[in-house]
Amino acid sequence: MKSIILVAVMLIGIAALSMAMTIGFCVSTLNNPYFVSFTNGAKAEAQLLGINLIVMNANNSNSTQLNQVEDLVQRKVDAIILNPTDSDALVPAVVAANKAGIPVITLDRSVNGGKVDMYIASDNVEYGKLEAQYAVKLLNGSGNVVLLTGVPGASATRDRSKGIMDYLSQYPNIKIVANQTAQFDMATAMSVMESILVANPNVNAVIAENDEMALGAIQAIKAAGKTGILVIGGDGIPQGIQAVKDGTEAVDIAQQPYKMAALGVSAAFFIVNGLTISPSSLSMPLFPVTKDTVNQWIASGD
Amino acid sequence: MTFSTNTFIRRYGVIFGLIGIIIFFAVESPNYFFTSSNFILISKQSSINILLALGEMFVILTAGIDLSVGAIAGIVGAIAAGTTVATGNILLGIITGLAVGIGFGIVNGVIVAFAKVPAFIATLATMSAIGGITLIYTQGEPIWNLPSSFDYIGQGNLLDIPFSIILMALAFVVLWIVLERTKYGRHVYAVGGNIRASRAAGIKISQILISVYAISGLLAAIGGIVLASRLGTAEPGAGSGYELDAIAAVVLGGTSLFGGEGWIVGTIIGGFIIAVLNNGMTIMNISAYYQEVVKGLVILLAVMLTSFGKKYWNE
Repeated sequence: MKSIILVAVMLIGIAALSMAMTIGFCVSTLNNPYFVSFTNGAKAEAQLLGINLIVMNANNSNSTQLNQVEDLVQRKVDAIILNPTDSDALVPAVVAANKAGIPVITLDRSVNGGKVDMYIASDNVEYGKLEAQYAVKLLNGSGNVVLLTGVPGASATRDRSKGIMDYLSQYPNIKIVANQTAQFDMATAMSVMESILVANPNVNAVIAENDEMALGAIQAIKAAGKTGILVIGGDGIPQGIQAVKDGTEAVDIAQQPYKMAALGVSAAFFIVNGLTISPSSLSMPLFPVTKDTVNQWIASGD
Repeated sequence: MTFSTNTFIRRYGVIFGLIGIIIFFAVESPNYFFTSSNFILISKQSSINILLALGEMFVILTAGIDLSVGAIAGIVGAIAAGTTVATGNILLGIITGLAVGIGFGIVNGVIVAFAKVPAFIATLATMSAIGGITLIYTQGEPIWNLPSSFDYIGQGNLLDIPFSIILMALAFVVLWIVLERTKYGRHVYAVGGNIRASRAAGIKISQILISVYAISGLLAAIGGIVLASRLGTAEPGAGSGYELDAIAAVVLGGTSLFGGEGWIVGTIIGGFIIAVLNNGMTIMNISAYYQEVVKGLVILLAVMLTSFGKKYWNE
């Protein structure tokens, strides 16, 4: 919390003195309102600070993102903000930037190697734990649960799954009847969920590691004509929040992608200007949104 | 069209393949997999891929390939949904979407027929461009809150049969008649089988080529509308990668990538094989990693068997 205030205060002070800085912004995909909001936050902050932001979309491809980072290194940008498509595959990219002396800031997901000057993400283990916590509470400690996980190589997937599994293992009456990846994608989640519902007629809850998949699961449940299945998602995208309002999604663990990316850009700004920010990692707060709190969340404007 | 022993073996090979996979899953999961409701689900899940595969087949029969079908499905879904929401008129939305699909198909056909660009390169380029146009049109945001009349296409039932299955069946019947019972259909086979002889026989090659790509675009458009309707959302990245499953269905069904020979029923069977694999493995709760390996091996095996069968019978 302290570092956020520090950054904000310095921001007000130094904003006027910005130099024309060029920063590369590598987002993993734009096919998700979460990442669209994320990129918009970065663009807005860059405009505020007078930074020339080069936005690159990797379309969930590791090799594309590797190429994009290497291109940015060639162009000798002042800093690279990276939202990695995969926490292992992008290590060579970070190393390449390190060798060229270009500071690297990772956002939303981590990389497992190389030197990173700043890492800002929601605590994804906590994200998973909150999802599981609400599931257990709403199921009164027992029931059949389906788990829909994200892109297999991403740190977000790994951390959220860890949070979920660790929490659920404390409740022996909660049975995980199916555990399948839906790649953080709505269409995939719908297909996978439809087949899962065939094999498991008595599902009580679905924990999806993001809203896109939660929404796909909701469509599958609707298509199968089933009712009473709790759906838990996260990210807080507009369609997800609407689903909470409509009662089809029980809990949405909302993140603040816009603010996260904006902070990432301002962190990059300060690092390029020679400041070392400590601590070098920042955890963004999470907001579980339920039917009771949804109107407050919408009013708070994120 | 001659009916050689080799074709006979290949076709029954495909059917036995599908039956074999179904038996395997029926044994593994008798209570859940082998039920009529699950088979209806499999048909529903295969409908989008089969719609794309039917159009793709026409292109592959001319020894071409259309890599842009997934991208066309995506952009049409977005435009159909966007137009429906903007004008409040679902019919206008659908017609606009179909027109866009045919339009892009014609663009593909013109490039292949007149600019003499190999189909692989041409459609790879249009795939990329169309994907970009979709992102620009949607500004990266999904289009949702669609009217229930739009949802009906992908989610509704007609006489207790899911509407998407009816659409798929209709497309199959119409295209079967076109391919197997019209002069045009014979010309499509001819162009793929022997382009020189076709030209000498007076067949207008460029017309045939442009028309098959237009058909592919139209079927991709229908598939895209069904996809957006099924999800109740038109996503900016929808359809991405769908061309691979479409081509796989066509190839599994026994159509030759070199053109000139194919079996439209085989394309349907190929599409079902893919859908059965996906559904069966998910019901058995097999990890996604293994699912990908299995799918790849099945396709490889199928292609090897058909080319092996061809070689064996020709010797």
